[in-house]
Amino acid sequence: MDKNELTGAETLVYAKPRLVNDTEMHYCPGCSHGVVHHLVAEVIDELGWAEKTIGVSPVGCAVFAHKYVDIDWQQAAHGRAPAVATAIKRLNPDKMVFTYQGDGDLAAIGTAETIHAANRGENIAIIFINNAIYGMTGGQMAPTTLNQMVTTTCPEGRDPRIMGNPLKIVDMLALLDGVCLATRQSVHTAAAVKKTKRMIKLAFENAMANKGTSIVEVVSSCNAGWRMNPVDANNWMAENMLSVFPVGDLKNL
Amino acid sequence: MLQEIVISGFGGQGVLSMGKILAYSGIMEGKEVSWFPAYGPEQRGGTANVTVILSDKPISSPIVDLYDIVIVLNQPSLDKFESKVKPGGTLIYDDYGIRRKPARKDIHVFKIEAMDESMKMNNTKVFNMLVLGGLLKILPMIKLENVMKGLKKSLPKRHRKLLSMNEEAIVHGMEIISREG
Amino acid sequence: MSEEISLMKGNEAIAHAAVRYGADGYFGYPITPQSEIIETLMELAPWKTTGMIVMQAESELAAINMVYGGAGCGKAVMTSSSSTGMSLKMEGISYIAAGELPCLLVNVMRGGPGLGTIQPSQSDYFQTVKGGGHGDYRLITLAPYSVQEMADFVALGFDLAFKYRTPSMILTDGVIGQMMEKVRLPEFKRRRSEEEIRKQCPWATLGRTPDRAPNFLTTLEMDSSLMEQRNIHLQAKYKEIQQNEVRYQEVLCDDADYLLVAFGSAARICLKTVDLARAEGLKVGLLRPITLWPFPSEILEKYASKVKGMLTVELNAGQMVEDVRLAVNGKMPVEHYGRLGGIVPTPDHVLEALKKLI
Repeated sequence: MDKNELTGAETLVYAKPRLVNDTEMHYCPGCSHGVVHHLVAEVIDELGWAEKTIGVSPVGCAVFAHKYVDIDWQQAAHGRAPAVATAIKRLNPDKMVFTYQGDGDLAAIGTAETIHAANRGENIAIIFINNAIYGMTGGQMAPTTLNQMVTTTCPEGRDPRIMGNPLKIVDMLALLDGVCLATRQSVHTAAAVKKTKRMIKLAFENAMANKGTSIVEVVSSCNAGWRMNPVDANNWMAENMLSVFPVGDLKNL
Repeated sequence: MLQEIVISGFGGQGVLSMGKILAYSGIMEGKEVSWFPAYGPEQRGGTANVTVILSDKPISSPIVDLYDIVIVLNQPSLDKFESKVKPGGTLIYDDYGIRRKPARKDIHVFKIEAMDESMKMNNTKVFNMLVLGGLLKILPMIKLENVMKGLKKSLPKRHRKLLSMNEEAIVHGMEIISREG
Repeated sequence: MSEEISLMKGNEAIAHAAVRYGADGYFGYPITPQSEIIETLMELAPWKTTGMIVMQAESELAAINMVYGGAGCGKAVMTSSSSTGMSLKMEGISYIAAGELPCLLVNVMRGGPGLGTIQPSQSDYFQTVKGGGHGDYRLITLAPYSVQEMADFVALGFDLAFKYRTPSMILTDGVIGQMMEKVRLPEFKRRRSEEEIRKQCPWATLGRTPDRAPNFLTTLEMDSSLMEQRNIHLQAKYKEIQQNEVRYQEVLCDDADYLLVAFGSAARICLKTVDLARAEGLKVGLLRPITLWPFPSEILEKYASKVKGMLTVELNAGQMVEDVRLAVNGKMPVEHYGRLGGIVPTPDHVLEALKKLI
C-alpha cells in the first residue's frame, strides 16, 4: 500500500480535530499533552462551543496551547490560571471557560488560586496534567513527583522525609463544596483516552451549566523528563503512578 | 471665616462621627470643609482624633500645626493638644477622668461635663452630641438649623429614628458648657 | 457631573466613581488604609444595578490576575491596594503592561519598607514610575490631591488606559484616601455591551467568532528578535503618551523666586505653605505634577532658568526629587524635604525647610 491508500477515507479511523490547526507542536513525541489537546479540541467542536469558549493556558509545557487549538486563549502567569479564569467567567457568565494546567502550575505555585477558585465553586473547568515532573524547565521535582523518583532537583530520588510526599491535590479539592466534579483519568490506552474525553465533556458541560468547579486530572507521561522512550514511559506510568494516583471519580455530582 | 478644629478622645466616644456631623453642617451652611482622622488601631479603643476645617475659601492643607479650637475628651488628648491651641484660641474639655487641668492662660478655656450629664441621662450614646452643642453655643459658626440638617445627612438611614434624641442632646449641650478662663 | 454635593472619603469616592463610570469589575484584597474602596463597593452592590462585579479575592496575587483575565476580555476592570499589597501585584502589572491591557490600578500608599506602617506615605513613587515589576514598561500615573480628584481620576485613568491599551495607576496615600471633603460625583454611564466591547477592543478574548482568527493573549515570545520588536512597539507608545498626556498645576509660579514641587497630599500641605510664605513676603510658588509618569519635565526645565531654587516636598526619603533634578539638569539647586515612616509634615515644617534653602 502506498501513502494515499494508507491515509484514504476507507482506512481512516481517526481524523485531526477541526479546531486543531496545522502548526507543528513543540511537544516531545510520546507526550500526553498532544492527546489531551486533541480531546479538548474535539469536545469543544462536538459541543459547538468554539465561539463561546475561552481557554486559559498556564506556564509550563502547555504555555503554547494557544498556538494549536483555534479558540480564544489567555496565557496566565505561573499558577494564576484559576484566578484569571474566575474573572473571565464572572464577567462573561454565558461563556465556557476552562484552564489547562500542569502539576507545578496547579499544585505548587498556584495552590492558593486553585483551592480558592474551587472553594468558591467558580463555574469553570480545570484540566490538570499530572506527569510528576517539571517538563518545560528540564525535569525538576514537582509536587506530584513520586517518592524515590529521580529528578534533576532530587537526583537521589524524592525523599519524603525532606521533600514531602506526592501531593494528591484533586483528592483535597473533592472535599470542597464548590466542586461538582473531581475525577482522575489517564490517556495511556485507547480505552483510557475515551473515558478521559467523556469526563472532559462532562466538565465543560458543568461549566456551561454553572454547576460549580470541575477538575479533570489526567495522569500523564513525560518520557523526555523521565529519560525514557515513549513506550517505556507509558508502562512505567501504569506500573508506578496509578497506584499513587488511582484513576476514577473522586466526586461526580 | 476659617476654623481649624481638632476633636480628640477615646475611640468609641464618637469623636469621628461628631467631626463628620460638624463637617456636614458646614456643607449645609455653604462652607468648604475637610475631615481628616488619625486612622488605624485608634478606632478600636485607643485615642482617636479628627481634624475638621471649615472655611469660606477652598481649603489648602487638611493637616495643620495649630488649631483655632481644640476639643479634648480625655487626659491623653489634653496632654497632646493643649500646646496646639493658637494663642487666643479656644480649648473645650470634659473633666471626666481629668487629673491635670488646662494650664494655659493665653487661650479661652471652657469645660463641659458631658460624660457626667450623659450618664445622668442614662444615655452615654449622646455624649458626643452634648459636646457638639457646647461647641456651637460658644462659637456659633453654623446656624442651628444647618447643624440639624447636617446631623440628618450624616446619620445612616437605618439610624434616622435616633434623630430627635440627638437633636435634643445638641440643644441640651448648649446649656451645660461653662467658661473657666 | 452630578449636582448633588456629598461628603465622603477619598477611598469612598473612588468606589462611587467606578460604579458610575460603568466599570465591569473590581477585584481586591483588604488592606489599610484603602479597605473602604472594597467595603463601599460591597455596600453599593452594583451587581444588582449596573451589573458591575465586585470580588474579594484570596490574595493580591489572585486579584491582579483577575484583573488580567477581565482586561483580556476588554472589560473595564480595576483593583486597589496599599504599598505592601501593591508589591505583591507587581508581577501581574508587568504582565498587564506587556499584554497591552487597559485597566485601572489604585495604590493608597502607606509607609514602608516591609510591613511598615498603616500611616500615609509617598514612598512607592519609585516603584510606580520606575518599574516595580520586571521589564521595560511604564504606568500612566495620576496623583490626585483632593477627594474630588479621586473621583475624577477614575474616569480619566480608565479613558487613558483604553486610549493607549496600557494600565493606569492612581497613586495616592492615606491622607487623601482617609480624608473627607465635598465631592460632586460624575453622572452614571452605561456599561458597554459585548458588541460594543468587541468593536472597541477587537483583540479581546470573548470567544472566537467565524469572521476572525482566534485571539490569544500571551506575554511570552521565545524569539528575541520578535521580543525586541514588541519592546520597540511599547516604547513608541510610551513616547506618544509622554508627548500627549503630561498634566500639572501651577500655583503662583509666575513671579516666584522659589518653587515648591510636590504631588498628592504633600502638594495640599504645600498649598498652605505658599500662603504662609507669601504672608511673610517670600515669593514662593507651587508646581504640582498631576501625572507622575509622564513627568512634567518641560515645565520644570522652563522654570529652572527663572527661579532661584526648588524644594521638592515628599512623604519619602527623596524619590521624585531625582526626576526634578533630571529635568532642571543642574541649572539651579534642587533640595528635598521629606518625612518618613508615616509622619506627615505640617505646612510650617515645610516653611522652615524652605527658609533653610533661601
